[in-house]
Amino acid sequence: MKNSFSIRNPLKKGFSLKDFLINYGVIIVMIVLVVYTGINSPNFLSSNNIMNLMLNMSARLVIALGIAGCVITAGCDLSAGRMIGLGGCIAGILLQRADYVGKFKPDMEPMNILVALLIVMAITACFGAVTGFFIAFLNVPPFISTLAMMEIVYGANLIYTNATPLGGYTQEYTNLATDKFLGLPWLVWIAIIVAAVTWFIFNMTRHGKYMYAIGANPQAAEVAGVPVKLTMILIYAKAAAFYGLAGFMLGAKSGGASVNLGLGYEMEAIAACTIGGVSVTGGRGKVSSAVIGVCVFELLKAALQFLGVDANAQWIALGVIIYIAISLDIRKYVVKK
Amino acid sequence: MAEYFLELKGVTKTFPGVKALQDVSLAIRPGTVHALMGENGAGKSTLMKCLFGIYKMDSGEIRIEGKKVNINNPEDAMHKGIAMVHQELQPVLPRNVAENMYLGRFPTMLGPLKVINHKKMYEDTAHWLKEVGMEIDPKTPLSKLSIGQMQTIEIAKAVSHNAKVIIFDEPTSSLSEKEVEVLFRIMNDLRDRGVAMIYISHKMDEIKKISDDITIMRDGTYVGTWKADDITTDEIISKMVGRELTSVYPEHNDEPGDVVLECKGLTSIHDNSFRDCSFTVRKGEIVGFGGLVGAQRTELMEAIFGMRGIKSGEIFVKGKKVKTGTPRRAMNAGMGLITEDRRGNGILGCLSIKDNTSVSVYKKYLMAGFVLDHGKINKVVADSIKKLSIKTPSSREAIANLSGGNQQKVIIARWLANDPDILIMDEPTRGIDVGAKHEIYEIMTELARLGKAIIMISSEMAELIGMSDRLYVMCNGYIRGEITSKEEMTQEKIMSYATMF
Repeated sequence: MKNSFSIRNPLKKGFSLKDFLINYGVIIVMIVLVVYTGINSPNFLSSNNIMNLMLNMSARLVIALGIAGCVITAGCDLSAGRMIGLGGCIAGILLQRADYVGKFKPDMEPMNILVALLIVMAITACFGAVTGFFIAFLNVPPFISTLAMMEIVYGANLIYTNATPLGGYTQEYTNLATDKFLGLPWLVWIAIIVAAVTWFIFNMTRHGKYMYAIGANPQAAEVAGVPVKLTMILIYAKAAAFYGLAGFMLGAKSGGASVNLGLGYEMEAIAACTIGGVSVTGGRGKVSSAVIGVCVFELLKAALQFLGVDANAQWIALGVIIYIAISLDIRKYVVKK
Repeated sequence: MAEYFLELKGVTKTFPGVKALQDVSLAIRPGTVHALMGENGAGKSTLMKCLFGIYKMDSGEIRIEGKKVNINNPEDAMHKGIAMVHQELQPVLPRNVAENMYLGRFPTMLGPLKVINHKKMYEDTAHWLKEVGMEIDPKTPLSKLSIGQMQTIEIAKAVSHNAKVIIFDEPTSSLSEKEVEVLFRIMNDLRDRGVAMIYISHKMDEIKKISDDITIMRDGTYVGTWKADDITTDEIISKMVGRELTSVYPEHNDEPGDVVLECKGLTSIHDNSFRDCSFTVRKGEIVGFGGLVGAQRTELMEAIFGMRGIKSGEIFVKGKKVKTGTPRRAMNAGMGLITEDRRGNGILGCLSIKDNTSVSVYKKYLMAGFVLDHGKINKVVADSIKKLSIKTPSSREAIANLSGGNQQKVIIARWLANDPDILIMDEPTRGIDVGAKHEIYEIMTELARLGKAIIMISSEMAELIGMSDRLYVMCNGYIRGEITSKEEMTQEKIMSYATMF
């Protein structure tokens, strides 16, 4: 019997150019783009620009890794952008210089940076757990549950910060974007660590395996004794913790934050995941998928800028690449009937 | 006018590897109710699907009023005066009665603008509802109606099409007694107006009460047609099952041990599901559950495994009372369930054989309490692939790429890895080829020898009799009989319990 899950015929050997193009199309496009842009505008491959690109990618990767868990269970997370905003603002308030004139809480000493980060992640994780609770126990579809949380988090952030833009961070905090360790800024190291931790969770823990099982077939997972509800809550809580971290990172990079920090990033992250090969129908996707997706997305944006493409037309190019990448990706799984 | 309104002659239909229908004939007189009877899998549904053009028959012909016709699809059948009231109704619940009756053929007005003429639709609906004796506002949403009422609307729809033959596929399976009375009244009315009806049902008393003619099918062949008054219930049963058992089943004669699972008075939270079911299963025993489709066997087992609600009753595992509630708790209490719907809630389609085998047992293979020990898992998976002779290029292959039999073996491997005391197998050989079937029988026998208590639901008579050490027969949610010795396990006996509505 033919089935729509077939990835490849295990008995068929040999090389097919078509299969190769379908399987690695996205990576090929990325390489071609980098080489072409590099030749046409040498500055593109300067160490300065590459460093800048990596800084851009670091926070995006953390967001994408969080959202990947949701997408693998055939869900999504629209609240990511607002969670980033909340994370960025809380981190900013906790880490403002004592002598900064416009300090939000004038009497508060700046906190230890690690403690501040943990507080940020804990708060966003709590919001994420609530999202997950509604999805798991009250059967609210992820699209709606995260949409509701998006509004709630935004409102909470507005009330909390009075919509005041934040700035004047401690040196220690902003140094995360500028100080380097082994040639790479700390923000990039954070992204690498998060990717490694996520890989570990996805592949080496029960939680990760349960996540894939739920994504593949939630009913079957339940029958097999998978704690479906608890796993769903953990997935959304963990994702939200990552968004908080991303907000913290973005704050360090730009030296400030406002309630609108991270607005719309959830869509980019979902797009990046799917470009890299996380299947929106659930059950498929790796850490490398998120990494590739984020790289393609950011490289494309930068390359178009360097090639002098009209800034407004760049949006169209992004849309087109999403169409192409996903159409190619879907071909891997859908067998012609 | 021809003697028969509708005739099917010499219908033959083969599916790859199976002769589903072999030279089957059926002739329906106008103004009669014609019962079509046979066991599960006798070919009744296939025959009806051929009549409606859903399946293309290999050979045979359909005649309406003596004239040969071609029917290509259900719509075509409708135009020729043949309509069906399905066993599983498929109404658009949130919409109202009239919209459901006229779905796909709304009366329109204003010529090419095709604006829906609501006034006419509601008036016409009211007219047809009156025809079948149902007084209800055509604007009532369907979700507010009972199953019986929805069925009446289906009938009204058929009548509005001016149908000359209406087919009822197990129409009373989810009706209350009173609703059945209403249905029969409507059927009698239709009969008086010269409409012919084909009535598919297993309920003997109903058949005797309503039908004029009875046609019996067995294993895809035509057994014969009788006047309802000329044949007794016992004769019907023996004609339905009268076949030799041919398959060979592995020997299993061990004396069973202590009682492992005991259920007392299990009753579903739903009205028409299982009721007051009590049974026991002992160590090393294969206990069969027989019954017709819809006897609520699957529902009972899924409830024991925590997938469905139980209103009252108790479950004891090894003498200790357990509350299952979720599959995870049932699993921890020592149970395993291999579901009937392998694709729906058995396999994790896009995941590998390894992931599918190990998903329930990660707890056993942890390092430092939380890191999965892939080395040990790989070994267990490789062992089970070898032991159950699962045919696959590697353990990394996606389970969806395997054949049905091999998928089933992976699901069995999943539960073996978990080492349950009680293994419930719901139609374990459905959709599996003959060779793999036998392998599964061997595995089941081996497991019983190792001291597992096995419950097997099967709708295949031969399998049920061949494999079970003891068996229960369910009908309409009740356990109607227990057969404890191999000698007493006859098809006739099982069938008579299975039709004790």
